[in-house]
Amino acid sequence: MNSSDFDFVSGLLKRRAGIQLTTDKTYLLESRLAPLARKEGLASIEDLLQVVRSRRDERLISQIVDVMTTNETFFFRDKTPFELMKEVALPDLSSQRKPRIRIWCAACSTGQEPYSLAMMLEDNPVLTKGAAVEIVATDISPRVLEKAKSGLYSQFEVQRGLPIQMMMKHFKQKDDLWQISDKIRSMVTFREHNLMDQPTMFGKFDVVFIRNVLIYFDQPTKSQVLDRVSSVMNPGGYMLLGAAETVIGISKKFEAVKERRGLYQAVGGANKSGIRAA
Amino acid sequence: MKRCLIVDDSRVVRKVARRILEDLKFDTMEAADGQQALEQCRADMPEAILLDWNMPVMNGIDFLRALRREPGGDRPTVVFCTTENDMSHIAEAIRSGANEYIMKPFDSEIIESKFAEVGLV
Repeated sequence: MNSSDFDFVSGLLKRRAGIQLTTDKTYLLESRLAPLARKEGLASIEDLLQVVRSRRDERLISQIVDVMTTNETFFFRDKTPFELMKEVALPDLSSQRKPRIRIWCAACSTGQEPYSLAMMLEDNPVLTKGAAVEIVATDISPRVLEKAKSGLYSQFEVQRGLPIQMMMKHFKQKDDLWQISDKIRSMVTFREHNLMDQPTMFGKFDVVFIRNVLIYFDQPTKSQVLDRVSSVMNPGGYMLLGAAETVIGISKKFEAVKERRGLYQAVGGANKSGIRAA
Repeated sequence: MKRCLIVDDSRVVRKVARRILEDLKFDTMEAADGQQALEQCRADMPEAILLDWNMPVMNGIDFLRALRREPGGDRPTVVFCTTENDMSHIAEAIRSGANEYIMKPFDSEIIESKFAEVGLV
């Protein structure tokens, strides 16, 4: 891929999805765009980009963004965030006697994260002390959202991170696939959303999971995304980031919860957990 | 170092599983059927057992039931690893004392994830 094509695609990805692509990722670009070019009946990546340049074909642009977003996920990924929910966030939120706890899973990919939360909450009603729970899960890709909504997973996917007892309880076999129960599916609302846009239409949240997404953005974009997240959080609400991510030096709208790596609280609320960092 | 007994009548599956488990720092032993596995357990009970279902002489489920009746047979963590991938087999395995269940084909990620699930890694 020549430098002009690289600059064109990386500019497109930056504008459309905030993704920061450096030249050392040229191989990634080529390996994902080549199958798309073939699927579109085009001879090469160069031809694909030529079509995009000349026709500004929105469908094709959307597909380029789609294939370039990373959808790696699995049930109860990293475990720790779910423990933090059980041990810190939910006890604090439920002690506030909220009638409803609202959770946003941003960049939810194929749905394993929101469904993991739904299963955890369904199996541990004591965590929410009777509060209703609403989980809104969003992603930029309509393709992954379709899969998420279907609740259908391959044998390989249900074996990554999901304890067998939980699979037996919440899934049923459907031909070669496994489908999550209607009850768990009904606990999650999936919506299309680009993190470059305001999320205000989804209302205010008490908890936001936004994990392993900021790593794809440059510093100003990270800061803007965190501003948007903070704008839809109730004061004192909790945010969970990926293990390799932080707000330090990026946003002053969140404070790290002391000795709870990956857990942050929106600034401005009553600090019920009493463990906020200085 | 934890010891894992790999019970499978396929030499290829045992070899693949052994490599994965050795990467996870297990000391491995092998048995080609349930009867061999039971004799090995009577001589030296391992901490973990990766167990196939369909095997000659004694199948996996019969081995598991016999193991759980042995002195100290409640100790090993048993992870089934089988092509039997329907809910009735899974439920039967769990009822019979299996701790986790892997549906073949497997890879290193699945073994590691399932072993982590039961506190073996």
